[in-house]
Amino acid sequence: MKLILSTTSAGLDASLDPRFGRCAYFLLIDPQTMEWQSLPNPALHSGGGAGVQAAQLAANHQCQAVVSGEFGPNAFDALAAAGIDMYKYGALGSVQEVIEGYLAGTLERVQGPGNAGHHGR
Amino acid sequence: MKQLVVLSGKGGTGKTCVTASFAHLASSGPDPIPVVLADADVDAANLELVLQPRLLETHPFRGGSVAVIDLGLCEGCGTCASVCRFDAILEPGMDGTLAYAVDPIACEGCAACMYACPSAAIQMQPQLAGEWFHSESRYGLLFHAALKPAQENSGKLVTLVKQQARLSALDSGAELVIVDGPPGIGCPVISAISGASLALMVAEPSAAGMHDLKRVLDLAAHFRLPALVCINKADLYPQGAAEIVAGCLERGVEVVGEIPFDPLMTEAMVQGEPVTAYRPEASASLALVEIWKRLRVQLQDGKV
Amino acid sequence: MIIAVASGKGGTGKTTVATSLALAAGGSRHAPGSDPVDVLYLDCDVEAPNAHLFLKPTFQQHREVGILIPDVEETLCTHCGRCAEVCQYHAIAVLGKKTLVFPQLCHGCGSCTRECPEGAIREKLNVIGALEHGSTAEGVEFRRGVLEIGEPMAVPIIRQLKTWLPARPGQLVIRDSPPGTSCPVVETVRGADFLLLVTEPTPFGLHDLKLAVAVAAELAIPVGVVINRDGLGDQRVDDFCTEVGIPILLRIPFDRRIAEAVSRGQALVTALPEYYPQFEALLEQITRAVPERGRL
Repeated sequence: MKLILSTTSAGLDASLDPRFGRCAYFLLIDPQTMEWQSLPNPALHSGGGAGVQAAQLAANHQCQAVVSGEFGPNAFDALAAAGIDMYKYGALGSVQEVIEGYLAGTLERVQGPGNAGHHGR
Repeated sequence: MKQLVVLSGKGGTGKTCVTASFAHLASSGPDPIPVVLADADVDAANLELVLQPRLLETHPFRGGSVAVIDLGLCEGCGTCASVCRFDAILEPGMDGTLAYAVDPIACEGCAACMYACPSAAIQMQPQLAGEWFHSESRYGLLFHAALKPAQENSGKLVTLVKQQARLSALDSGAELVIVDGPPGIGCPVISAISGASLALMVAEPSAAGMHDLKRVLDLAAHFRLPALVCINKADLYPQGAAEIVAGCLERGVEVVGEIPFDPLMTEAMVQGEPVTAYRPEASASLALVEIWKRLRVQLQDGKV
Repeated sequence: MIIAVASGKGGTGKTTVATSLALAAGGSRHAPGSDPVDVLYLDCDVEAPNAHLFLKPTFQQHREVGILIPDVEETLCTHCGRCAEVCQYHAIAVLGKKTLVFPQLCHGCGSCTRECPEGAIREKLNVIGALEHGSTAEGVEFRRGVLEIGEPMAVPIIRQLKTWLPARPGQLVIRDSPPGTSCPVVETVRGADFLLLVTEPTPFGLHDLKLAVAVAAELAIPVGVVINRDGLGDQRVDDFCTEVGIPILLRIPFDRRIAEAVSRGQALVTALPEYYPQFEALLEQITRAVPERGRL
């Protein structure tokens, strides 16, 4: 079971980055075993397609769910197509809190894209 | 941490001079806030001319790639020319061309020719498209860039500049990033808007200015970005200014101030200073001080 | 002959100069015995087109314009991912059991369509704007492109504007360019016989003029300069032009009457007819500067 979180730096004590496509790092984590890996975001400076690339990364790593602050419409469509659940950070402030929230089932589920995005409708 | 992006639609309304004054006002006065500045107008970057910053770092920017034909492998079949949709393949016989070649300015880097070439004679080469800079001004760090002339401005370099500004602000605890935006409504503007909390449109009360203001306000609305308007050179055409105020009222957009046409603004620019620093008593400076106060309120009250 | 009017810096007066040039060349105010020139005006600033405000054309034709994007037939698609592999823009991606297209990232190159091993992709038109054609009361033929709000790409519209309904032989084509020095300007200027750069005598004007001159050099097109709002700034633009040998073909002094006329949407030569001879002279100088094969 794998989650992906968008963060501003590498490691478990990284700050949460609210923007899925443009975050500096992705934290891949198994919430049961706490096995984790940080990947730099390959699409950090992409003019367009950052959301798509981020979704592709999540799919390539067989993640079941993604947690971030907001998802643009391209990322939303891509993740939905891949069958990957989306959750929001809300007021949570640390990786630890997000993992606890996920295991307790209290994370806020995302129903639609968070903003109109900048490279898609 | 909030991001204010200064836009206009029409070019030449005064975005850069207004942005420079905000940078000065943000860091001076009784209630200064730390700011980071970003010049998102990467193919005509002027903010550094009024901020006169000290350059700290220069970095290369590699944009897209262009196709290159290896004449040693090329069989002259012309398949590349038949698939290229951007008129980027020069064919033998055209204007003195002796062999198939790629026009690097026209090439969009789509690689269609590379995939279609039966002789594997085409490679994609990453291009040095420009540079980006990390500088220090009197009013805060400035992130800016220079795209090489005739390069593709897909918004990638704009995104990079803003990203650097954003990360720097997060690191240093700066409350606000002020972005000097490009003219127009296409991809560089869309990239400049990305992540913004608030847009300030610098409008010009001319027929063209009003026409383009509507388009950029429509763009902000399309991206659900809250926008405010200020009118520059307002007294050059008072009927125009009144029309803008009425139009904004109808749209529910607030006009936060009017700046009179003031030759001191040009003089300040020539001297390389924001007008509010150069001549605080100038009529343009007084108007900018009021506009900045109202922006501060908007940025602080949590609505944006 | 094709004249492109650009600037680098926005707001220097490209449209002011281009529209007056069109009216002076094509209008009815000509010395007796000289024929008005057949003029075609292309407003290539498709993100923020303004020339129609000054030339006031009556539009006769309107056409949607767009980019050919992939349309995937899911029943034929095996989700092999070849399309996503060849796309340089991440505009098509295979996720889960679906192949998704992101239209605003697509450049319309056709690679995915050609490379699909199953022939599962066709192309369809994604409309991003419109082309319009009309003419003015003075007989100037007018065309423009308009980019839809929210669409990122101006260049495909400019490209199609240039080739839609070819110019008549002997027609003087004036291309009004967007601000800046990157791809929309390059597309507008490419193929022109002369590049007229409109600048203002300020540091911003000078900085961006230098970039615009570099674009002209990249495209190997002869250049001339118009200094607008002369007197409001300093000497450095003049000095630069002298230094690099670029002719200053016209100076328009800063004049509140011009600013007010332009604000009202009135062409410079209409508000101040004393400028007609100067724009006629400007055209004459440009014509002489263009190599033989490009002339009217």
